[in-house]
Amino acid sequence: MQDTANALLTEPSRDERPASIDLQQEYADVGIAEVLDELDRELVGLKPVKTRIREIAALLLIERLRKRLALTAETPTLHMSFTGNPGTGKTTVALKVAAILHKLGFVRRGQVISVTRDDLVGQYIGHTAPKTKEILKKAMGGVLFIDEAYYLYRPENERDYGQEAIEILLQIMETQREDLVVILAGYGDRMERFFASNPGFRSRIAHHIDFPDYGEDELLAIADIMLHRMNYKFTPAAREAFVRYISLRRTQPLFSNARSIRNALDRMRLRQASRLMADVGRSLQIEDIMSLEAADVLASRVFSRPAAARDA
Amino acid sequence: MRVTQGCFSFLPDLTDEQITRQVQYCLEKGFAVNIEFTDDPHPRNTYWEMWGLPMFDLADAAGVMRELADCRRVYGDRYIRISGFDASHGWESVRISFIVNRPANEPGFRLDRQESVGRNLRYATRSYAAQRPEGDRYQSG
Repeated sequence: MQDTANALLTEPSRDERPASIDLQQEYADVGIAEVLDELDRELVGLKPVKTRIREIAALLLIERLRKRLALTAETPTLHMSFTGNPGTGKTTVALKVAAILHKLGFVRRGQVISVTRDDLVGQYIGHTAPKTKEILKKAMGGVLFIDEAYYLYRPENERDYGQEAIEILLQIMETQREDLVVILAGYGDRMERFFASNPGFRSRIAHHIDFPDYGEDELLAIADIMLHRMNYKFTPAAREAFVRYISLRRTQPLFSNARSIRNALDRMRLRQASRLMADVGRSLQIEDIMSLEAADVLASRVFSRPAAARDA
Repeated sequence: MRVTQGCFSFLPDLTDEQITRQVQYCLEKGFAVNIEFTDDPHPRNTYWEMWGLPMFDLADAAGVMRELADCRRVYGDRYIRISGFDASHGWESVRISFIVNRPANEPGFRLDRQESVGRNLRYATRSYAAQRPEGDRYQSG
């Protein structure tokens, strides 16, 4: 079967090789420029990630050319690992990577199947293998995104079925490289331990990408984009309060970057709605409905109990 | 005698690449793709054993081809066919079905004639292979 898949991919033989190649033309033809620009535009910060993705895209573009010129026949290893704290955009970047791989022809369909331990590992003997294979079949031709991959391996329980899922995954990652790209994601330190105890994974993964935490100004920019998408805006006073909110919230436990910001904004919308409802008699301007005021921000528990642990 | 059933059966056997394309066509049309096998080649034997569950939520034929490879490993000495079931309203039936694996040696069928009342003749076809018990019909071939 691998032979046929290769036969589908291999391009003309050496005899029909063109003399020169227009790299710019090639770049424009595959249309990854839009995806890369989208990545730059839609995601705030994440400079090292964007640089790495651009590098990988360049490598794959050249690889694609080499394949066309029959200089190489092998599919490069494309499995990746994304490490970083929660809410740093790992899933969003995975979607973009899938689009890039699809446009360059390294995956045939470009769908992203996002799974966690629950989807791969069964509950009783003999349940795991069919479950994992079912997911793998669905992901064929696309990208399999395994979130919090370290949960697959539970060293404290030697009869844990996760090991079985890992073995099947490793086998497919090796033998069906041209059918499927696997992206493992999770927090940095725990992924490190996961790779240390499963050396098979580390050697099969070509690209390790680390997602840094967002700075305060980046978080504010993210909040602005989110509000803009929801057709809300801060009043100047509220914006000032929110800057203070971010610097306080960052130092508290369970801070999960962009996700915490989104949750905070949701709670502020809630407070704004009840503030407006409290004064039902008043006639509202469209401006009133769109604006979040300082009071909506300052009512947060972050200000009253700075050191207390709270939900993310 | 070469058994001809379903689509493409008067063509040479499909290569894996051709099967992949047909399966991809089925998946793109939204058919549920099934792998079935049997060792009873009688034309009226409609219901073959299924290999696994119908596959209707795959994006790419590679998943089906993997199952087919598994099925061939276990039942490589039997007939295997791939069928595509269209569940959409108004069809609700098998839209495509073709043989993807056959035994090395197909002994064919024997025609029985039975004389009955008033010079009538009753006909029956019997597969030579099916005279042996299920499971070891094709192993020698």
